[in-house]
Amino acid sequence: MYRSLYTNRRSFIKKMAVLSAMTAAAGMFPGIVFAEEQERGIPTDANLDWKKAPCRFCGVGCGVLVGTENGRAVAVKGDPKSPVNKGLCCVKGYHSIMALYGKDRLTKPLVKKNGTYVETSMEEALDLVASKMKETIADHGKDAVSIYGSGQWTIPDGYVASKLFKGCIGTNNVEANARLCMATAVTGFLTSFGLDEPMGCYEDIDHANTFVLWGNNMAEMHPVLFSRLLDQRLRRGAKIIDFATRTTRTSMAADKSILFNPQTDLAVANAICHEIVNNGWVNTEFVKEHCNFSKGLTQMGYGLEDHYKFTDKPESITFEDYKAFLADYAPEKVARLAGVSVKDIKYLAAHFGDPNKKVMSLWCMGMNQHSRGTWINNLVYNIHLLTGKISSPGNSPFSLTGQPSACGTVREVGTLTHKLPHGVVMNKEHREFAAKIWGVPVENIPAKPTYHTVEMFRALDRGDIRFMWIQVTNPMVTMPKLKRYRDGAKKEGRFIVVSDIYPTPTTDIADVILPSAMWIEREGLYGNSERRTQYFEQMLEPPGEAMSDTWQLVEVAKRLGYEKQFHYGRESHIEEIYNEYRKHHEGKKHNMAPLEVLKSQPGALWPYVDGKSTKWRFNAKYDPACSNGKDFHFYGKKDGKAVIWQRPYEPAAEEPDSEYPFWLGTGRVVEHWHTGSMTRRIPVLHQAMPHSYVELNPGDAKRMQIRTGDKVRLTTRRGKIVLPASVNERGVPAPMQVFVPFFDENMLINDITLDSFCPISKEPDYKKCAVKVEKA
Amino acid sequence: MPIKSYLAHPHKGKKEYLIQALSAIDECEVLPAENVEVIILVTETDTRQEEADLKEKLEAIPSLKLLAMVSGFDTPKN
Ligand code: SF4
Repeated sequence: MYRSLYTNRRSFIKKMAVLSAMTAAAGMFPGIVFAEEQERGIPTDANLDWKKAPCRFCGVGCGVLVGTENGRAVAVKGDPKSPVNKGLCCVKGYHSIMALYGKDRLTKPLVKKNGTYVETSMEEALDLVASKMKETIADHGKDAVSIYGSGQWTIPDGYVASKLFKGCIGTNNVEANARLCMATAVTGFLTSFGLDEPMGCYEDIDHANTFVLWGNNMAEMHPVLFSRLLDQRLRRGAKIIDFATRTTRTSMAADKSILFNPQTDLAVANAICHEIVNNGWVNTEFVKEHCNFSKGLTQMGYGLEDHYKFTDKPESITFEDYKAFLADYAPEKVARLAGVSVKDIKYLAAHFGDPNKKVMSLWCMGMNQHSRGTWINNLVYNIHLLTGKISSPGNSPFSLTGQPSACGTVREVGTLTHKLPHGVVMNKEHREFAAKIWGVPVENIPAKPTYHTVEMFRALDRGDIRFMWIQVTNPMVTMPKLKRYRDGAKKEGRFIVVSDIYPTPTTDIADVILPSAMWIEREGLYGNSERRTQYFEQMLEPPGEAMSDTWQLVEVAKRLGYEKQFHYGRESHIEEIYNEYRKHHEGKKHNMAPLEVLKSQPGALWPYVDGKSTKWRFNAKYDPACSNGKDFHFYGKKDGKAVIWQRPYEPAAEEPDSEYPFWLGTGRVVEHWHTGSMTRRIPVLHQAMPHSYVELNPGDAKRMQIRTGDKVRLTTRRGKIVLPASVNERGVPAPMQVFVPFFDENMLINDITLDSFCPISKEPDYKKCAVKVEKA
Repeated sequence: MPIKSYLAHPHKGKKEYLIQALSAIDECEVLPAENVEVIILVTETDTRQEEADLKEKLEAIPSLKLLAMVSGFDTPKN
């Protein structure tokens, strides 16, 4: 009896799985036909309770449907109604429900007493957090307390954190891990357009003829979007060009793979502009009407020293000045430095230069974690601006994000030291506007930013910061030059609170560990790479005393005496917070969709105006905020024009030399979400990728007699680490380069990376430092 | 243990090879589309080890360009 029930249930579920795939296929390939007998007997419903949510993991922001049964999440399928993924979902998306059920979920608050963690109640733990904050402020001033959050914070989490710290306590010590991944994209957008976030949307994929991937391993990092690219190739013959420093699964699937030497993307991008200008491919009318030319300071340094400061001084230049600057970047001059043939540079340029081709540029960490990251972002915008290939369907420079709400929370709510939900702390009007909505005196919000992430951890080490609350992130794995910051955090007189769902190397340094509710165990909103805000309801009860990060912050705020500003009701707080947050963005340039709309559909793109998402910003045909009477209006800048920047090639902070002759770059793998704190608890993913490794070029490995599995010692100026070798496996670095994934807390590659950063965005360059490689 | 469904994309001109390769694996069922170069793949495994082994087998198929997952059901036996 049992057996037959089981068999029936399994076969029923199998049919459900087939149905989901057929629905997704029909969405992606209208008119697709399956053999009739295959379609017979497919059920149309299951006895699961299906509810929609954005995926917990990456910044693609797929819509998923989560099936729950008896209070437990048991199934996930791609939401066929979601325009993001059209019914698809990747392995990480599916496993997101399994990440809820790891054996060692944190369920009780833990307080460190005499070196050991003691279970306590949530009430007591929150009392302790609040009293420690009060004490620290009384003894050391308000700039001695800080919060460090994440692009995995929901929008309400980030909003209440910013309101509490900036508006109520009165410190700009608010940062988030998106500083380590997206800050450069922000400064790129701000310097070129005056407003953050992509002008286009994923629908560009359905229109582009060429996709240029700038150091972006989409096949592993944005698999669902990459499959949309492949579909377009199948359907319309679109071309995929992979421009990278390492051969990856993306390179193998691309139509053309072009490798360049680390850091020289700056030179190649300028060479492409050189070709565009010298071959008469400039869209003269567009440039005349909509662009200005500028240059900034050069030789900015790399931020390696404490208290490093840099402010750019933009200066207007003419098109002729710019043309003269490009003369140094003729393909023939760049080819040797970049390791890219003249033919390949011309090939790339020709795709952008062809007036009949629509081109999409896509990038992520390769361009953002770059010591001249803002520059390379500017340079790619230059290419699109010179050719007028921007802000229209299929013509789209598109910066992708890694985390589910790096855009929604960190960039839009503004959980960075200089930011407010609308505008920046340095601007008096912006401070007044925020203070009014927050119900606080404007004097509360300091006019000066304090510490960006690297400097915040340096301040903790120095003792300028004494209290840090870390939520949904794992800096004791991700900070570059990690040893300094780990030692600093452990010093006497520091008090660290960590809110998370599993133990991590970061909870190891905590004085108080607060168990958090994860994803659909609470209500919330995320914002993805294409300006799409998505809502999810609470579908499950969190385990034990686990509590949402939003409510933890609200509880502490009340204990600090800010009842008036945090008067939200327990049942209704997400709705109240979101409605309050929307006020910061009112107007045609950034209006957010009402909550009822987000509840009823798989998200909406802001600006949401007159009941409609805006798909292409700055284009008068699609964007109601355009008001200059022309086809395009870059209204982020006062004169309505975008900026073409003169930015040169400059070397990285540390380059290979005779002592440390290899390049070291770090990154992610498809199986693990960032530091693996969730995915390492999912057996199939853990088994598939149990530990880190170092990828070597096969030629180098042969010369050094290293085979896959052999131990290899990597030494940099920061320290040493031993890792197993990987030769000719998943990724293949170019000669004299090695690549190491950073997910493994037992092999902390960041102990030996360098904390150089882009002087404009303050985002560290994880892709480049010099290393010695030896067989161990 | 999980039942999962995918859209499997073959390398150009390799649809038949991919159907054959996938059909030869016990844990796989295939439903090729008639008019598009795409195949629905449903996998079913009983143990963690089987799941891990299957992942390896799938990754080793040369005619497979990309597996796009669509759904996954976690179905404990009880
Ligand atoms: S691509 Fe990203 S958002 Fe989509 S299912 Fe995979 S992890 Fe989730």
